[in-house]
Amino acid sequence: MAAFHEEHELHKRRFGRNLGLLAVLSAFVAIVFGLTIVKVSEGGKIEAFDHAVRPSLTVPEGGE
Amino acid sequence: MTDTTAVFDQNPEASFGDYVALLKPRVMSLVVFTALAGLVVAPVSVHPMVAFTAILFIAIGGGASGALNMWWDADIDSVMRRTQGRPVPSGRVAPGEALGLGLTLSGFAVVMLWLASNWVAAGLLAFTIFFYAVIYTMWLKRSTPQNIVIGGAAGALPPMIGWAVATGGVSVESVLMFALIFMWTPPHFWALALFMKDDYSNAGVPMLTVTHGRRATRVHILVYTLLLAPLALGIAATSIGGPVYLAASLLLNVAFIRGALRIWRRDESAAEADGYAVEKSFFKLSLYYLFLHFVALMAQSGLAAYGLGGW
Repeated sequence: MAAFHEEHELHKRRFGRNLGLLAVLSAFVAIVFGLTIVKVSEGGKIEAFDHAVRPSLTVPEGGE
Repeated sequence: MTDTTAVFDQNPEASFGDYVALLKPRVMSLVVFTALAGLVVAPVSVHPMVAFTAILFIAIGGGASGALNMWWDADIDSVMRRTQGRPVPSGRVAPGEALGLGLTLSGFAVVMLWLASNWVAAGLLAFTIFFYAVIYTMWLKRSTPQNIVIGGAAGALPPMIGWAVATGGVSVESVLMFALIFMWTPPHFWALALFMKDDYSNAGVPMLTVTHGRRATRVHILVYTLLLAPLALGIAATSIGGPVYLAASLLLNVAFIRGALRIWRRDESAAEADGYAVEKSFFKLSLYYLFLHFVALMAQSGLAAYGLGGW
């Protein structure tokens, strides 16, 4: 068991892999957050049908 | 060395870089560039964050198809010298891991592109991954010497995806950008096959140079180059073309056809005498050819913003 006290090259590689995964996941969270901010601030129709009549969602007569 | 470390050394675990290598970063860079070009020349402007996210996930989708390719082709890759050091044939990454990474990233990339842009772009990306992994890698690559021709469709789709991100659709301009890369791929790869006497035949991959001979390959390069020229010039007549693009395309096509003619005129003894100098220079030119066509398109689009471009 003594071998586990000194750091094997394998442990360094695993640590590097973990750091890489941390970077990827952090970047993913940042991207989803940034994309959400952009989508919300750009507006567009984010209302959806929820069984209540809302004029903003109705199609005008003769219109598209 | 203890028994434990000996076991570790016999089963090398992958580093983070090995998983990155599974995504074929060099192919990804081409995907990024052409998808960006398709997005930039499109007539609809896109928020920079949306554009960045879209390009990123197009690239990851392309990378995922690369991982699926390395999973399926591990047997061929271990035979060919050029590919023996790849993560799967060298044993650093298990085949199942490559498959898992490829499938997971494919799903992620398509869904994220859908959320960032629209279903047309996401659908095109899904089709690209399917085409490269299933149609090209699993089916055509080992069954026909036309593998390069039809398989090139996967590499030609990114500008169409970029265009779809901005416009939400497909148009004659985006189809022509697809056609440009599609017709360019065969002469590009066959020139490489002429001077890279790789061991494709040992691996059981039918390359045109092996199945139909090197003379036929030279003829094919010329024919495809001649068919490519009107397509490339035709883009100049569309809404994304203009005088800058037309001038660049004319020069590049003259040079490319000249190179193809020189390849066509030579025989093997002449090529071996000067170490395939003409074939190598044609291959190099082919890289500039595609790159500069898309640079010209983007320049044309950039100039249009100042009222200087277009017809």
